[in-house]
Amino acid sequence: MSGSVLQYCSTTFAITLCLWGHPYLNSIFLLFFFFFSLTPWVPVVGLEIHAQISSNSKLFSGSQVQFAAPPNSLVSFFDASLPGTLPVLNRRCVEAAVMTGLALNCSINKKSLFDRKHYFYADLPAGYQITQQRVPIAVNGSLSYSLCIDNKMSQMVTKTVRIKQIQLEQDSGKSLHDDVRSQTLVDLNRAGVGLMEVVMEPDMCCGEEAAAAVRELQLILQTLGSSQAVMAEGQLRVDANVSVHHPGEPYGVRTEVKNINSIRFLAKAVDYEIERQIEELESGGTILNETRAFDSKLGCTVPMRDKEGKQDYRFMPEPNLPPLILYNARSLPANMNHQQVVNIDWIHERLPDLPSVKRAKLVEQYGILPEHSFTLLNEAGLTEFFEDVIKQTQMKPKKVIGWILNDLLSYLKQHSLTVKESPVSSFLLADLLNRLEKKEISSTAAKQVFAELWKGEGKTPLEIVKEKKLQLIQDQEDLERICQAVMAIKSGNRKVLNKLIGLVQRETQGRSNPVLVKQLLEKKLSE
Amino acid sequence: MMGNTMSLVSAALKEGRVAPTELCQRCLSLIKSTKFLNAYITVAEETALKQAEESEKRYKRGQPLGVLDGIPIAVKDNFNTAGIETTCASNMLKGYISPYNATVVQKLLDQGAVLLGKTNLDEFAMGSGSTDGVFGPVRNPWSYSRQYKEKSVPKSHSEDKDSNWVITGGSSGGSAAAVSSFTCFAALGSDTGGSTRNPAAHCGVVGLKPTYGLISRHGLIPLVNSMDVPGILTRCVDDAAVVLGSLAGHDPKDSTTIQDNFKPFELSDLTDVSKLSIGIPKEYHAPGLSSEILALWSKAADLFKNAGAKVIEVSLPHTRYSIVCYHVLCTAEVASNMARFDGLEYGHRSDMNKSTESMYAATRREGFNDVVRGRILSGNYFLLKQNYENYFIKAQKVRRLIANDFVKVFGSGVDILLTPTTLSDAIPYMEFIKEDNRTRSAQDDILTQAANMAGLPAINVPTALSERGLPVGLQFIGRSFQEKQLLTVAKWFEKQVKFPMIQLDEVKRHDHGVFQHQKSASFLEHRT
Repeated sequence: MSGSVLQYCSTTFAITLCLWGHPYLNSIFLLFFFFFSLTPWVPVVGLEIHAQISSNSKLFSGSQVQFAAPPNSLVSFFDASLPGTLPVLNRRCVEAAVMTGLALNCSINKKSLFDRKHYFYADLPAGYQITQQRVPIAVNGSLSYSLCIDNKMSQMVTKTVRIKQIQLEQDSGKSLHDDVRSQTLVDLNRAGVGLMEVVMEPDMCCGEEAAAAVRELQLILQTLGSSQAVMAEGQLRVDANVSVHHPGEPYGVRTEVKNINSIRFLAKAVDYEIERQIEELESGGTILNETRAFDSKLGCTVPMRDKEGKQDYRFMPEPNLPPLILYNARSLPANMNHQQVVNIDWIHERLPDLPSVKRAKLVEQYGILPEHSFTLLNEAGLTEFFEDVIKQTQMKPKKVIGWILNDLLSYLKQHSLTVKESPVSSFLLADLLNRLEKKEISSTAAKQVFAELWKGEGKTPLEIVKEKKLQLIQDQEDLERICQAVMAIKSGNRKVLNKLIGLVQRETQGRSNPVLVKQLLEKKLSE
Repeated sequence: MMGNTMSLVSAALKEGRVAPTELCQRCLSLIKSTKFLNAYITVAEETALKQAEESEKRYKRGQPLGVLDGIPIAVKDNFNTAGIETTCASNMLKGYISPYNATVVQKLLDQGAVLLGKTNLDEFAMGSGSTDGVFGPVRNPWSYSRQYKEKSVPKSHSEDKDSNWVITGGSSGGSAAAVSSFTCFAALGSDTGGSTRNPAAHCGVVGLKPTYGLISRHGLIPLVNSMDVPGILTRCVDDAAVVLGSLAGHDPKDSTTIQDNFKPFELSDLTDVSKLSIGIPKEYHAPGLSSEILALWSKAADLFKNAGAKVIEVSLPHTRYSIVCYHVLCTAEVASNMARFDGLEYGHRSDMNKSTESMYAATRREGFNDVVRGRILSGNYFLLKQNYENYFIKAQKVRRLIANDFVKVFGSGVDILLTPTTLSDAIPYMEFIKEDNRTRSAQDDILTQAANMAGLPAINVPTALSERGLPVGLQFIGRSFQEKQLLTVAKWFEKQVKFPMIQLDEVKRHDHGVFQHQKSASFLEHRT
């Protein structure tokens, strides 16, 4: 295993990191390589990802799940750990975990167990979290993800990270520290919400890989609907385990980096931490097995105030929950109430197309480039938008994709809008592209129409074209008149020149300088 | 009237010979005059009377909810009761009013029962004497019975005549005392290692520990989740069957209750025991078993034998590891279950506010007694990573062996096991407190806790009075979910032994009047 990491890392040195490439980091690597150390460092990155399950109610109680609800408004007796309350497992959460496990090529455990993990914290009302420490619901999976080399979209490599396990567990509440009044306020709305903890083996070796893997996982979760996976809303939380070692030597002491709240920061945090560890070791220091927080403002990791050293979580089987038994078509008991059982095969048959399959289909069906398929899937709703346009236009998909990626997407990015929020609907864009395809307008004019459509004033492309007089002149009489004028001029009738100037003025809505136009026309006609 | 069984009172209610409010009033005034027993922590006089009035309306309409309608009951103070304080006899929960009813409490109320109040216990049900609660020890009603007074010879005249009182056993001592002193007709206890059967034996009442999973634990403040069951305390086996029928069945709020439908049953009178096979586990001939109880036990075995039953000695070889195994499993779960009492959401909170951690520490120090704190400490020790394999895992394996012992015995054709419930009759409080809680619990649970380890149903049947005039009971242990068989045999036995009724002056004073003739007519004749 270390062999494969090693091999990979030698290529990392040869190629440069990409996507959100870190030129400074790369130069540091090179520096170490050539001046300080003869043996390179091998960074090792593993991830622990908590994905909040998208469900109406919490993992073990009937309380609603909702982001940004008034504090403590979604708290059942169980969530507040009132004495005598008992957990009741939410079937939807189990199904979400099974779905995710299947999508990540895991083997689903037909029997999994729940455990209590103990620690005292203000936002953990029971004093323990119910999790799956011994036998989780899914194990031994893998996730393939792609990233580009040299910042070139056209050079993509596909890598695989092993998934150690997926476990179901409860989320904690939130503590809000008011330092001024030295108070801690506790909001239990989140307490007990279902989480899937996805543990990725340390198969990655830089921030970009970690970021690409998490991005792919995010897409998968969103495709399945098992989690909304919005990092900014805390539905996807990533902790990175980072260590460095010399090739052929055992793994170094690792640190855990927390408080990473975007994919971009994940890449930064991991790369910073690798760099920091190498520097530390190169200067004769040691790495402590500690938890560090990423400070996004400073762009660095800092040690977290650890809760009095190493914790012993005193794991214990959760006695109030029987083992979680899952069935497949073969083992399904005949007389069992369907509400009481989760059938793995049933879920498997209904899995939607995963991002990788969707991309392949897009490439095959529409003849677009693989990297375009990545961009399409990366933006929520963009694929659907693209396909909607295709359905309503005669333009070839290969041409449509250009409009989607170069025009629509860059407008969206510029205005920080999502596809859903786009003022230009797929219908309008298709209409516009149809006019372009029918040569009613020129490609330059089409861009102008698009810009007008973006204003969202409710005008149709046709209205804009008419209003702005952007249509290609199709009228035979018009064209004949122009041609005749040109002929006349050519044969020496200088008077017609004014007519010609008028036509130019009409085309430019009177904004061209007549003197300049006259000069130009005279020059052209004399050619 | 007051000493009647629930079934008889229920009939009286139905026939209109007594009104629910009157019955409730009588119980309430008897609770007052037996206050010295300290059986109740909270008496819910107002709500009880209201419930009785509602019941009365139903009877007047001719639409009672069933046999429990209008029956005054009491509930151990570790069951949540909406609107009525739930303390677990601990400073930690003093003043705590739960917003919800335990499922068993709700079921009783739904069937019209009148909840008189919450009964005393050892703090968080940790104990075997009902002596270690923050509201003081429960006194065994038999201490004040004519039977005991006649036989106990005061050692000296100077000695306070009050110092002779005996304990109820525990931890459901309040519930046992309440049923035994006639202040209610049935009570809920809880049973984790014998906490219902032990005080039942000492107080001369029936104490049923049902099969684990048959009755919902939702709302029972846990001691050991994997062993706790709500227990039923009544004056006779029939009553226990009635209460069981009203409580048993799946609860969507407790995932450990069985899904199968439970059908309430009436107990038939067993006429022929010749097809029965009664097992006598030799390991229950434990060190410390009083000769008196041993004699009673073998007399009971003879009773079955003479009636034609097959009585055979059986072996449950792992019983002797039960105490130490229980100690590990119990303390581990206690450590975990008690973690929620941190002073934040509910219960006691210390004034200490230097930091959250110091507040936790002070809250827990002030809120829990030594027994609870001791169990939390040992439990956390057993759960430490370095100890988990050596203690917790091993204890779980031993538990499996103990449970398998029962499986083997029942598999060999034995129907019911007959054992003593306690090592001796109840001992005086002054003597009991000479040993600490841990020693006492280890001694007293020895005959009862294996049934909890295996999840089996077991029942204490009051059998006879000891030489000192105190009750002694025997225990029957049955197969899982075979409560009907267990109770049928227990009922047969109950009929044979004719356990005497407690003679309490306080009760006499309260029970004269219109109903006295019924009492003598329906009851005393076969209870001499």
